[in-house]
Amino acid sequence: MALEPILTARGLVKRYGRVTALDQADFDLYPGEILAVIGDNGAGKSSMIKAISGAITPDEGEIRLEGQPVHFRSPIEARSAGIETVYQNLALSPALSIADNMFLGREIRKPGVMGQWFRKLDRTAMEKFARDKLSELGLMTIQNINQAVETLSGGQRQGVAVARAAAFGSKVIILDEPTAALGVKESRRVLELILDVRRRGIPIVLISHNMPHVFEVADRIHIHRLGRRLTVINPKDYTMSDAVAFMTGAKLPAEAVAA
Amino acid sequence: MSETSTVSQGAQPSQPSQEFEKVLSGSATQVASFDTHDKTPVQKFQHFLHGSPSAVPLIVLVLSVAVFGIILGGKFFSAFTMTLILQQVAIVGIVGAAQTLVILTAGIDLSVGAIMVLSSVVMGQFTFRYGLPPSLAVLCGLACGAFCGYINGLLVARMKLPPFIVTLGMWQIILASNFLYSANETIRSQDISAQAPLLQFFGNNIRFGGAVFTYGVIAMVLLVALLWYVLNHTAWGRHVYAVGDDPDAAELAGVNVKRMLVSVYTLSGLICALAGWALIGRIGSVSPTAGQFANIESITAVVIGGLSLFGGRGSILGMIFGALIVGVFSLGLRLIGTDPQWTYLLIGVLIISAVAIDQWIRKVAG
Repeated sequence: MALEPILTARGLVKRYGRVTALDQADFDLYPGEILAVIGDNGAGKSSMIKAISGAITPDEGEIRLEGQPVHFRSPIEARSAGIETVYQNLALSPALSIADNMFLGREIRKPGVMGQWFRKLDRTAMEKFARDKLSELGLMTIQNINQAVETLSGGQRQGVAVARAAAFGSKVIILDEPTAALGVKESRRVLELILDVRRRGIPIVLISHNMPHVFEVADRIHIHRLGRRLTVINPKDYTMSDAVAFMTGAKLPAEAVAA
Repeated sequence: MSETSTVSQGAQPSQPSQEFEKVLSGSATQVASFDTHDKTPVQKFQHFLHGSPSAVPLIVLVLSVAVFGIILGGKFFSAFTMTLILQQVAIVGIVGAAQTLVILTAGIDLSVGAIMVLSSVVMGQFTFRYGLPPSLAVLCGLACGAFCGYINGLLVARMKLPPFIVTLGMWQIILASNFLYSANETIRSQDISAQAPLLQFFGNNIRFGGAVFTYGVIAMVLLVALLWYVLNHTAWGRHVYAVGDDPDAAELAGVNVKRMLVSVYTLSGLICALAGWALIGRIGSVSPTAGQFANIESITAVVIGGLSLFGGRGSILGMIFGALIVGVFSLGLRLIGTDPQWTYLLIGVLIISAVAIDQWIRKVAG
């Protein structure tokens, strides 16, 4: 594993009124790894992820991407910096086609006069790109790139959302509960997709409550508790019940931070 | 379409590693494929309609023209009658285009008619009260319409008020301003054609034999064609659909939803002002009491045209077919000589059927 983390956060603080959601939270993501983030409900893990993906602005603390400090004011800014997030609700428009969805907000226009003066979209290019990306990820069971997203199954929609993130996420991909709403088989498919994305060298942050999935795919597990990082463990050294014990406060980890 | 796709079709599938997943390798392998080839004709038709939302109103339009043609014969099937229908729907078609944009964003605009009338009054009064050159007065009228739409957009996007309430309020405000400003005074047609013929520009016409195309009709056709292009082939157009479909998803995907809403309402106001200009051409005079039903008529055209009031679905072509259906029914029934109430009754039936058909088509996705 490379030594320099690609994405770091130090001392993040976020308060909502009298509730402190993030209390001096730290975070490190290394190139090419899958980092799982686990924690009880209310531990502040989604606040931390939102801070990283630009959905909220932390009150204090610093986020660095490839060593450079960044201050995202919106998810769009984080996205243009190369951080793509697949939200739990997927952020797809049901009535639009797969290709339209993949390019929503970053459409390709036709070259020349048609594009410049008449703002005409280059559908052929967008459809080809979408089709290529989906087949790269083994998702071409979707036959018609122009069919509306609402006609797809839950797993296929997840696939489109992950493919969109993988296609444009140049530096980091964040997946929020990607298997929460899926059946056994579809979860398996999405996990394969995640491993596939890592194989291309893009690091992934995986937020999940599903311990078996986390232990299967993660290289390291970030355990969040009471608004801060409790520890980072290597899934090979610990059992799922250890992780749950740390997460819930039933057991304290040895001071040494693994991996 | 093939059904051979399997779970293991991924680039490099990993073996299921959870104990309970071991049995998956023996499971059916066609989870993610589509069963498109064993459909009944009815289902195929349903899918076709789901893909082409303006097909239903087009079919109804062709059928209604055919039925009236059979009953009335040459009296109905003449170039003159056909183009007369176009002239009668021109104003509703233009206002309907504005309404279409707003409804696609899951909004509704009750103030379209009021904006139209106020804009036409501004065009007339600026010319006759202040002596502005007609071209400048027309620009002021267009600006007035765009401004009213902009206010609607700000209230909907920034204040997050429901579009129904905002435009209900604006309808009253604009209509009252219109009467207060114009002092309820009509500018006569003769005065306009003598001193400011530009205001009646859209009343000019081109004739081909019996066919009469007013500039208003041509403007409607060009406007709808332009908006069709914009909605289907530009990023802005796709964003209109995305905002109406699911604003939160659109926002997360990188669409600036607030700016989209403001631009849609502003453009809608501008199109209403254009309709106001065309209205002067149609009725000849500038009257603050004209076009009272434009909002209801435009919503009727949009609904019969198969656009969803919940936003994000439908085609602007459907709206124009919807407007034409109403036009064909009105004129056809008048030529037959029935009580005009039958027209309203049938249009009511059409509205309810259109929404029922829309619900049925939507089940494709379910």
